[in-house]
Amino acid sequence: MNSETKKVITDPLFNNNPIALQILGVCSALAVTSKLAPSLVMCLALTSVLACSNVVVSVIRNHIPSSIRIIVQMIIISSLVIIVDQLLKAFLFEISKQLSVFVGLIITNCIVLGRAEAYAMKNSPGMSFLDGIGNGLGYSLILILVGSTRELFGSGTLLGYQILPLVTDGGWFTPVGLMLVPPGAFFIVGLLIWGLRTWKVEQVENPEYQIRHVHRLEDA
Amino acid sequence: MKSFFALPNDSTLKTLLVALLLCLVCSALISTAAVSLKPLQIANKDLDRKKNILEVTKLMQPGGDIAQLFKQIEPKIVNLATGEYVESIDPNQYDQRQAAKDPNQNLVIPPQRDLAKIKQRAKYATVYLVRQDNQIQYFVLPVHGYGLWSTLYGFLVLQGDANTVFGLQFYEHRETPGLGGEVDNPKWRKQWEGKLVYDPAGAPRIQLIKGSVGSNDPNKQFHVDGLSGATLTANGVTNMLQYWLGEDGFGPYLQKFKNKV
Repeated sequence: MNSETKKVITDPLFNNNPIALQILGVCSALAVTSKLAPSLVMCLALTSVLACSNVVVSVIRNHIPSSIRIIVQMIIISSLVIIVDQLLKAFLFEISKQLSVFVGLIITNCIVLGRAEAYAMKNSPGMSFLDGIGNGLGYSLILILVGSTRELFGSGTLLGYQILPLVTDGGWFTPVGLMLVPPGAFFIVGLLIWGLRTWKVEQVENPEYQIRHVHRLEDA
Repeated sequence: MKSFFALPNDSTLKTLLVALLLCLVCSALISTAAVSLKPLQIANKDLDRKKNILEVTKLMQPGGDIAQLFKQIEPKIVNLATGEYVESIDPNQYDQRQAAKDPNQNLVIPPQRDLAKIKQRAKYATVYLVRQDNQIQYFVLPVHGYGLWSTLYGFLVLQGDANTVFGLQFYEHRETPGLGGEVDNPKWRKQWEGKLVYDPAGAPRIQLIKGSVGSNDPNKQFHVDGLSGATLTANGVTNMLQYWLGEDGFGPYLQKFKNKV
């Protein structure tokens, strides 16, 4: 595997993580992560949609009129999402009940459109596929971390298996209610970003706004 | 075909052609997926419903074949207004949730009577009976109503006297996990067993109260512990049971069995 290929796959994990650095796809990261199992299925669904949409967009990239390119990308993405949704309803019914509307919302997940526009429009299908997988993995990494933290401290379980015995069942662990509601995920995502930027200082952004003295036009 | 690829990308003709082709290809793909997977999806929904009915009547066996086990259960269509069985409709073909949306088969509930906040309901409901020695052992009644975020769909199981609760289970809802979502908690569900739904005068009395039911509560046979932190979901459950057990719901139907006992 040459260094360029490797970079495309591994960069989105830590150096250019779609959630932690680009802050994309946060909605679903909050919504589906109260349990680990739906988080895993969401990762799988998003990664496959991302990889496929990147390939399709890349294959026809030289024939997409620039005036309608966003619409073309959206149609490709939404078709793929509907197919994934139909497949889940047919083969993983229990999980699809838990994910409910969030599979449909992959369409509006900025990561998918972002990669189609930023990468697949300019690169070969093979590389675009790998870019899709890489970004999918970066998204999955955060979702799995958030999902396992929330399930462990919110319900004392992991993938449904009891790890921490609950007070209500005669154990010692009082579940943290905050973990079960979406705002809990905000704290975890925030802490993850903090940790990541302490480790990789170059990700810290320059202050967006500084007070400056500006000469007024009338004075000029 | 060659000339199509050779067209400049931004010419009007090519823009239209690309849009048209893309739409055709995508719609063909989606229709194929939707049509070919439909039977599997319907089978899943059906299986899920049957599994829930078996669970709430405690007839479910781990690893058991759901279709086989479901043979113990007898679906019946009830005309809610009269409480009579409707024999002309095949219960296996009838979909109560679909019928509730069909203007020919539904009934708009006037707002002041709409305790469950469901706006309309089907005229006919599917009940499931479990018989033992030709006597009805359990009535499985479909109930639904609005909680905090979503409509909760579930089954209420009454024993043969049409008054004693055997169980309550929701199979579809989107209440807050850990708060309203506790309607799925097996410990909370267990206390429904043995509660009475009607007072001696025949009015629905069952309700969720704030806090826990004390042992000195004179009406403890009608009271169930509330859900802490989920007052609105709890109210939703109370209201939906009041509605479905009342005269607009299964009241007329259940009345026939109460008189017999």
